[in-house]
Amino acid sequence: MKNRLKVLRAERDWTQAQLAAELEVSRQTVNAIENGKFDPSLPLAFKAARLFELAIEDIFQDEMV
Amino acid sequence: MGIMKDGSNDWAANTARNTVRLGYWTGAWLLTIALANFGPVFIWHGNQLPTILVILANIGFGIGMIMANKRHLNGLDEMHQKIQLEAMALSLGVGLVLGFGYSNLDDTNVIAFDADFSHLVILMSLTYLAGVFAGLKRYR
Repeated sequence: MKNRLKVLRAERDWTQAQLAAELEVSRQTVNAIENGKFDPSLPLAFKAARLFELAIEDIFQDEMV
Repeated sequence: MGIMKDGSNDWAANTARNTVRLGYWTGAWLLTIALANFGPVFIWHGNQLPTILVILANIGFGIGMIMANKRHLNGLDEMHQKIQLEAMALSLGVGLVLGFGYSNLDDTNVIAFDADFSHLVILMSLTYLAGVFAGLKRYR
């Protein structure tokens, strides 16, 4: 699964730690998601979508599509 | 949600508290194991009452450790829960398979010494640690 988390975070000038705090996960988890090594659960994806005020599909995309 | 200037928050502080709490319970459990084993020999010289009390305390601390571990796991984020789950699955599997193998070697007298339960505990602990480190490396 691809995602735009790193770009969206950079646009807001947030650090990984700040984003992790907003999402209530560890910084390592944010890093793993950004690098495509870990796919977040649906509740966490919704949380990210609410935080960035975007639809989930605007942040996360299926790599098969 | 309270976010500090350094990006830390209530969730991170809570996770740190859970980890410290688990450390205290585990330390107390280990200490009473050592006391139950060495106390009768070096401190109270065979008197059974303190031995029984220390063993009961050890079981009590063990229950506390189990509850603290459950709380710690529930407090982790989903990636760290996954790492823990995979490490525990590996540890359980290795312990079960090699534990029975070790027991069979003893029962059939292939090995000259008696199989010791502590060897299994050490094996499972090391496997669990290796699993956690492998998980952390995989998602880095």
